[in-house]
Amino acid sequence: MRPAILALKGVLVTALPDELTDHDIAEFQGEMLRAVERRRARGLVVDISALEILDTYLARSICETAEMARLLGTEVVVCGMRPAVALTLVEMGQELVGIETALDLDGGLAAIEELIARRTRALVD
Amino acid sequence: MAQHVPIVREHDIIHARKLGREMARALGFGSADQTRLATAISELTRNVIHYAGEGECTLEDASDELRLRVVVVVRDHGPGIADVERVLAGGFSTGRGLGAGLSGTQRLVQEFAITTRPGFTEVRIALVRGRTERRAT
Repeated sequence: MRPAILALKGVLVTALPDELTDHDIAEFQGEMLRAVERRRARGLVVDISALEILDTYLARSICETAEMARLLGTEVVVCGMRPAVALTLVEMGQELVGIETALDLDGGLAAIEELIARRTRALVD
Repeated sequence: MAQHVPIVREHDIIHARKLGREMARALGFGSADQTRLATAISELTRNVIHYAGEGECTLEDASDELRLRVVVVVRDHGPGIADVERVLAGGFSTGRGLGAGLSGTQRLVQEFAITTRPGFTEVRIALVRGRTERRAT
């Protein structure tokens, strides 16, 4: 399972497929971070609309990936979470702590531009 | 009729949770309940792979005239959970997320029972809804 990572004006866009094994998740985490570094991406948008479930393991992996990407200087937005998935995650007491989320890919792209602009302003100030 | 899924490799986690979702859907549970059950199975079977190496998952329709009820039993012969009370209280984890996974699972289902000792762990959960209960999700 090798999801494509697309580059769009300095922003990387990718979609997590459903039915990832833990091994796939770890591998994909590495691939995203390598792509961020290699492409010197300013932002990373991860679409999770295909995910039928999001358990604590995957939630934690997404949080870790976002944290690492931010350390590399890249903003991260997760978009497209299904309502039933969001409900289950909240009921479990598991959240995507500190991660910017958006309703869909359009919203995700808008949010990432805003985060990038904010970071750029912070650097200039 | 009960379905048995051996939990031996990571793919079995995916297989077990898909079966759970399908069973819940076939019985008439809504999409949120299908997701709750699939997520709970994912958590429990992952613990088997991570902490015990292998085990098994059994899914059974135990519905009657009044209630829809799916019972899932996940069993292994691993080391057991030393401080199960604390793990269930949440926010405590010995590996990658045992605490969050188990305490979270408990919140998703109507019935939850755990038996654990060195060499044997069994988690028994059930998703239960009244047949007349109408849920938006």
